[in-house]
Amino acid sequence: MDKRERIVTRVARELRDGDYVNLGIGMPTMVANHVPAGVDITLHSENGMLGVGPYPLESEIDPDLVNAGKEIVTELSGTSYFSSADSFAMVRGGHIDMTVLGALEVDEEGNLANWTVPGKMMKGMGGAMDLVAGAKRVIVAMEHTTKDGGHKIVKTCALPLTGTNVVHMIVTELAVIDVTPKGLVLREIASDTTLDAVKKATGATLHVDGEPGRF
Amino acid sequence: MNKVLRSAAEAVALIPDGSTIMCGGFGLCGLPENLIKALHARGTRNLTVISNNPGVDDYGVGMLVKSKQVRKVFASYVGENKEFERQAMAGEIEYTLVPQGTLAERIRAAGAGIGGFFTPTGYGTIVAEGKETRVIDGRNCVFELPLHADFALVKAFKGDTRGNLVYRKTARNFNPVMATAAKITLAEVEHLVEPGALDPDAVVTPGIYVAHLFQGAAYEKRIERRTVRQLQAV
Repeated sequence: MDKRERIVTRVARELRDGDYVNLGIGMPTMVANHVPAGVDITLHSENGMLGVGPYPLESEIDPDLVNAGKEIVTELSGTSYFSSADSFAMVRGGHIDMTVLGALEVDEEGNLANWTVPGKMMKGMGGAMDLVAGAKRVIVAMEHTTKDGGHKIVKTCALPLTGTNVVHMIVTELAVIDVTPKGLVLREIASDTTLDAVKKATGATLHVDGEPGRF
Repeated sequence: MNKVLRSAAEAVALIPDGSTIMCGGFGLCGLPENLIKALHARGTRNLTVISNNPGVDDYGVGMLVKSKQVRKVFASYVGENKEFERQAMAGEIEYTLVPQGTLAERIRAAGAGIGGFFTPTGYGTIVAEGKETRVIDGRNCVFELPLHADFALVKAFKGDTRGNLVYRKTARNFNPVMATAAKITLAEVEHLVEPGALDPDAVVTPGIYVAHLFQGAAYEKRIERRTVRQLQAV
């Protein structure tokens, strides 16, 4: 299976029936395609929508209906619309059960960096800082290392932060890691990797309680 | 009372050089496109623009950026616009990034007469630099001030002649909150109707917030990402 498919399939297993969920732009959006059978979730889009449907057919395109990635989407029966102020009240007020976002770096304290790198023009954080501060559960979905094999899971983030002590779980193609008060705890490793390989690809201390599960 | 204007040109004639304007819309969705085009045509200069995004190179607030009418921007995301990027890198335009929820709430606070608020958003990040912080209910919070404007440019689906507005789908976004936060709110609507034609229970922006409105023309409603699916063969 493709790395990204593996990551989003595993993230989708964290969804609980009845959850209100915000999926970040890019890979996290793909989680919606892997919702387990019997689990009914409602997708939140921070531009002011609950109940985001699939992309439209060519004949259904409506320019007044976009998601937070500015992609054209559709509504479902039971969809609701509201203003940006109401949308973020929902986020900040702790009403969103889960958000899934990508990351450039995550560290042992659950600090997250995912919006800018030094030396480049800062283009903005959009709603990411609000989402990580407000959602009940923050899951990072990302490839375990950079393209050159550099660490993304680190002792302390060096890049500009999106939030401090905000991440609850990290899901990569190699591992599922919980962020706990004692640090990063390895819960599962991929079926085709080894504990040593996961540790080598991680730039932070991984606590292991017994034999990690497989996924 | 007559709030109805004939055209976008008549509306933007009220806006002097150097004004701070709020501009509704998320990306290119729900933009007051007639007002922006009229402001572009009039050439009003030295504007401070508060908008979630500064548009793309040749559409939305980007039109005003390209023609050098904008001095400063407050936004949550300024990507997708090469000319904005060029001006920002060259120091020709100032910009302040505000987290999207904080942007919406700062605008809401201005409209509601609130003198600021503490929010967990941005604590421990560059957004919090130089700002007062406080622990509230065990959480670290950052103090944020209200954000006011001289003019709000908003787009609604329907409006009656008393200024009551309703919106359509996600074209609502920042429009209703911005309508509350400026000294003068200018609204453009796709359909201008008589009082009584809107269901009072469905009104989102009550007319008290709207100084002037007009029926917009020739909506382009440009699409930023044309994502479609194919009909599956059964």
